[in-house]
Amino acid sequence: MTKAISVSGLHKAFGRTHALDGLDLEVGTGEVHGFLGPNGAGKSTTIRVLLGLLRADSGAARVLGRDPWADAVEVHRRIAYVPGDVTLWRNLSGGEVIDLFGRLRGGLDTRRRAELVERFELDPTKKGRTYSKGNRQKVALVAAFASDVDLLILDEPTSGLDPLMEEVFRRCVEEERERGRTVLLSSHILSEVEELCDRVSIIRKGRTVESGSLTDLRHLTRTSVTAELAGAPNGLARLPGVHGLDVRGHRVRLQVDTDKLNAVLRSLSETGVRSLTSTPPTLEELFLRHYQADGTESGAEATAR
Amino acid sequence: MTATADATAPAFAARTGGSRRLAGTGTLLRFALRRDRVLIPVWVGVNALMVLSMPGTLESLYGTAAERADLMRQMETNSSLRALVGPVFDDSLGALTAWRVGLYAGALAAVMSLLIVVRHTRDEEESGRQEVVASGMVGRRAPLTAALLAAAVANAALAVLVAAGLAGQGAAGALALGLGVAAVGMLFATTAAIVAQLTESARLARGLTAAVLGGAFVLRAAGDSGTDDGSSVLTRVSPLGWLENVRAFADERWWVLLLLAGAAAAQGAVAYALAGRRDLGMSFLPTRPGPAVGRLRTAGALAWRLQRGSVLGWSTGFLLAGAVYGGMTEGAADLVGDNEQAREIIERMGGQAGLTDAFVSAMVGMLGLIAALYVVASVLRLGGEETSGRAEPVLAGAVGRLRWAAGHLVIAFGGAALIMLLAGLGFAAGYGRDLGPVLGACLVQLPAVWVIGGAAVLLHGLLPRAAVAAWAVAGAVLLLGWVGPALDVPQALLDVSPYGHLPKLPGGEMSWPPVLVLLLIAGALVAAGLAGLRRRDLT
Repeated sequence: MTKAISVSGLHKAFGRTHALDGLDLEVGTGEVHGFLGPNGAGKSTTIRVLLGLLRADSGAARVLGRDPWADAVEVHRRIAYVPGDVTLWRNLSGGEVIDLFGRLRGGLDTRRRAELVERFELDPTKKGRTYSKGNRQKVALVAAFASDVDLLILDEPTSGLDPLMEEVFRRCVEEERERGRTVLLSSHILSEVEELCDRVSIIRKGRTVESGSLTDLRHLTRTSVTAELAGAPNGLARLPGVHGLDVRGHRVRLQVDTDKLNAVLRSLSETGVRSLTSTPPTLEELFLRHYQADGTESGAEATAR
Repeated sequence: MTATADATAPAFAARTGGSRRLAGTGTLLRFALRRDRVLIPVWVGVNALMVLSMPGTLESLYGTAAERADLMRQMETNSSLRALVGPVFDDSLGALTAWRVGLYAGALAAVMSLLIVVRHTRDEEESGRQEVVASGMVGRRAPLTAALLAAAVANAALAVLVAAGLAGQGAAGALALGLGVAAVGMLFATTAAIVAQLTESARLARGLTAAVLGGAFVLRAAGDSGTDDGSSVLTRVSPLGWLENVRAFADERWWVLLLLAGAAAAQGAVAYALAGRRDLGMSFLPTRPGPAVGRLRTAGALAWRLQRGSVLGWSTGFLLAGAVYGGMTEGAADLVGDNEQAREIIERMGGQAGLTDAFVSAMVGMLGLIAALYVVASVLRLGGEETSGRAEPVLAGAVGRLRWAAGHLVIAFGGAALIMLLAGLGFAAGYGRDLGPVLGACLVQLPAVWVIGGAAVLLHGLLPRAAVAAWAVAGAVLLLGWVGPALDVPQALLDVSPYGHLPKLPGGEMSWPPVLVLLLIAGALVAAGLAGLRRRDLT
């Protein structure tokens, strides 16, 4: 698969703070890629490097096959960008800004523009200073989705949108995927990421700690199992990958590394199972494990493909 | 018993009602002074320094009473200098100090005050910060009161410094000058308080208030060029004319201070009345809807759209100022007619033509200095776009940094040429003849203006965080140009200003080498700034 974005070993320091500390990121053409990490992890810095607004201290970055710093203008022709906090010119109307942004990129599909203005319920005649946060966000989103580009870089694009508009946004991203466009979506809304993204990268402290499809990532984590057995459980504690074992009479609660689940089930069924609930890790659990500062066990190297 | 209770209850209610509208003023004032802990001391300090250094300088230049009397006689005949600095009322050191710097101290206090007031009222509303503040225990009128009080603190400090520092020249005159300067400051503080409620944009509020100040200066200049005792009607309708009519150190007219204070109080009352009738963030001049479909195609078109208002304002101002000064040129030479002694002086200076030329040259030089402010403001739009985050989506489009910067720089440098050209046309129209020399005199200012613009480009390109220092460059050049020669500053320092190297036109010889060198320097500064911009991270 060709890569829309390929970044390796990216370093960027601001004074003494290392915003990026050897970050890697691969986004395949045509995929919707979730870009996750706690606040201050370096997501926006990465995006600004990808846009050629910042120059990386070291490391390689290619966007649509080009160097985002040296070939900024050529790359930008095929990119649409939506920042997390859109600031508009106070005396320009939303419609003017949409058309300006479109023309500064590869051009604008006017039919789609009209349709998007309708769907996002945006009044394009209002001046920049009179828009609320959500409406400023819509201006940038309409401009991005109506632009004739190959890659959309969205940095927390839905902040300030109401749930209905959030739904419109998701629909739009789905349409972009169907049209074969690539989307890099930085977001804190996990349900949005789960619904939209083919693959995700999680970064922390300027480094990629996990990257892969959601299924892959789930596989790396623990499943919670609660069982009511026919007799006392036997030998569960000795099985590899079992954590937090809690036995009360015939009741068993435990967590198990998902790839070791099979052995646990075998052991349970040997004793005899009356009831069983097995819960896959929720996204929240998944992310929290990676977000937490002391969660070094997974390590920067544990990268799944 | 009950009667007393009934009598006190409404009084109490009224009192709390009144104080609630001002609730939080103290906190806001402390906050404002904390935010302005650099701004206010710098403005006050520079202003006071300019005033307080003047007696010593004048003494070294005009040491004897005879020399001072001679200077005063010259002023009676020199309408062009009168237009610039106002009439002399007495030949004491104190009176000459008040004459030489009084108006400029007043104008500086006015600029300081309007900046403080707009900064703490409309700026806060426009940015949305006021919303959070107003959601606290803050009365409806507290922000305006705090802003006016902050301006009052700054002006009071200035008055105290001036009065104390000049007391040696005569306590009454020192007090009158200090109070007069501060009163002009407060008058424009209240003007700004009104204007800031008429428009939704802080930038426009600052521009409109500054335009009122500029109008006051032009009126007074026109009035003073015709009369030598500040009695012209034009002078008397201008607040800056009132300031000179306080006549510090020359049999002070204290009631004029009351006039200034009364006008400030009246404007303050209007501002308060407006503040009580207005929604937060809204203005009295409504915002009209814009087009649903835009025609802006390029970053250059965007830059023009953003700057065209200010270009229009500056163009109008320069055209009008040129026309007013052009209209005064004729009178500048005529007035000398019946004064034997003056005619002698002027004939030594090169006759009637020499006088006219000197006047035109001085006026055009002043406009050239002011154009430096335009070019700095225009170049620094780059920095404003960048730090506000609005440049980011534009540069994330297929727009190179140089193209983006070029859009604004063409307007900055071309706009400077445009306004000087218009000033020349206005001058020629007002004067009624000789378009060529006046136009030439205006355009020859441009290399110096562009050097200042180049310095701003360089700062923005290399040290974006320090780009506001470009204002300091423009301010220093203005001070050197206005009061530098009178301050007896060493020539080496005067030579730092690019304006010091321009040929004195009309009247003087046109010499190309300094002009070309300045153009080269301006070009080099712009090139270095753009090279820096290309290389650095966006802030």
